[in-house]
Amino acid sequence: MTSGNVEDRIQKISSVIRVIPDFPKPGIMFQDITTLLLDTKAFKDCIDLFVERYKDKNISVVAGVEARGFIFGPPIALAIGAKFVPLRKPGKLPGEVIREEYSLEYGKDIMEMHVGAVNAGERAIIVDDLVATGGTLRAALNLLEHVGVEVVECACLIELPELKGRDRLGDKPLFVLVSASQS
Amino acid sequence: MSGFREEDPRINSIRTKIRVVPNFPKQGIDFLDITTLLLDPKVFKNTIDMFVERYKNKNISVVAGIEARGFIFGPPIALAIGAKFVPLRKPRKLPGEVISEEYTLEYGSDCLEMHVGAVQHSDRALVVDDLVATGGTLCAAMNLLERAGAEVVECACVIELPALKGRERLNGKPLYILVEYHS
Repeated sequence: MTSGNVEDRIQKISSVIRVIPDFPKPGIMFQDITTLLLDTKAFKDCIDLFVERYKDKNISVVAGVEARGFIFGPPIALAIGAKFVPLRKPGKLPGEVIREEYSLEYGKDIMEMHVGAVNAGERAIIVDDLVATGGTLRAALNLLEHVGVEVVECACLIELPELKGRDRLGDKPLFVLVSASQS
Repeated sequence: MSGFREEDPRINSIRTKIRVVPNFPKQGIDFLDITTLLLDPKVFKNTIDMFVERYKNKNISVVAGIEARGFIFGPPIALAIGAKFVPLRKPRKLPGEVISEEYTLEYGSDCLEMHVGAVQHSDRALVVDDLVATGGTLCAAMNLLERAGAEVVECACVIELPALKGRERLNGKPLYILVEYHS
């Protein structure tokens, strides 16, 4: 029994993502993945598509960005036999951390990772639900590269290509399932 | 007949992989850190398997996970048992229409939110979090699900701090845990 070809599965995934206008503020079309999580087959297909891509690539680390990266990262990690490393907002991780500051549209934020979570030479993917400007992914990339990890790819369900997140990742590849327009 | 029950052989490695971080987030608190468990793929898988084995034949249609560490354990369980995953979040994170439940903290109060329409009257639900302490968060989660008409079958956590008597705050709902921590 097959789970359907790639295009059919992506089409279904795209159709169950809910767009909420003017959230968190006027003019923004928010891509809500919670409706996908309510569709058991679409959620499973989504994870399977990532697992099929990464299972034979010797990935030992799946790093997930808080908080929606925590929903998609662990199932991928479990299926490919990799560790899961949470990348968190400041002050959440206990014990020793390394931190990376990054800019937002207005102001800055900080991302933290545990010291010792990853080892130099490990091969990693970074997972989040969506890539917009790429600022968050860039910070995650920097954190992992600072400790000698090879980031093989960034993986998101959704890309907002108009915000040019790909450009911020330099030569790092970005894999997405769905491309969404902001207009 | 004695109450002795042989411990599942997987429990010991789960217990030993949890890191105790003293004086976090403040003096006098021992923080139970599950991130070290996530770094061991086999032990992380064993943790999920223990919950899946318990719930797979119980007609559970919803796994509700509490932000943020409930997002790490809930989705793999949901995927394995064919249930929807419903994130329960801090205020103003979920877009669209939500219901809110306020709950008391040691100092002050906090609020948990769930999407309107995420669960229905016919749903049988689990609530998942990494740890139960006073039970305040689990209680708020249960209230949200019951207000929406779902039946909460059980609460499931990796760790319990029995000294904080969280079980008593669950209005008689059963609580299943893998590891107890006694300070």
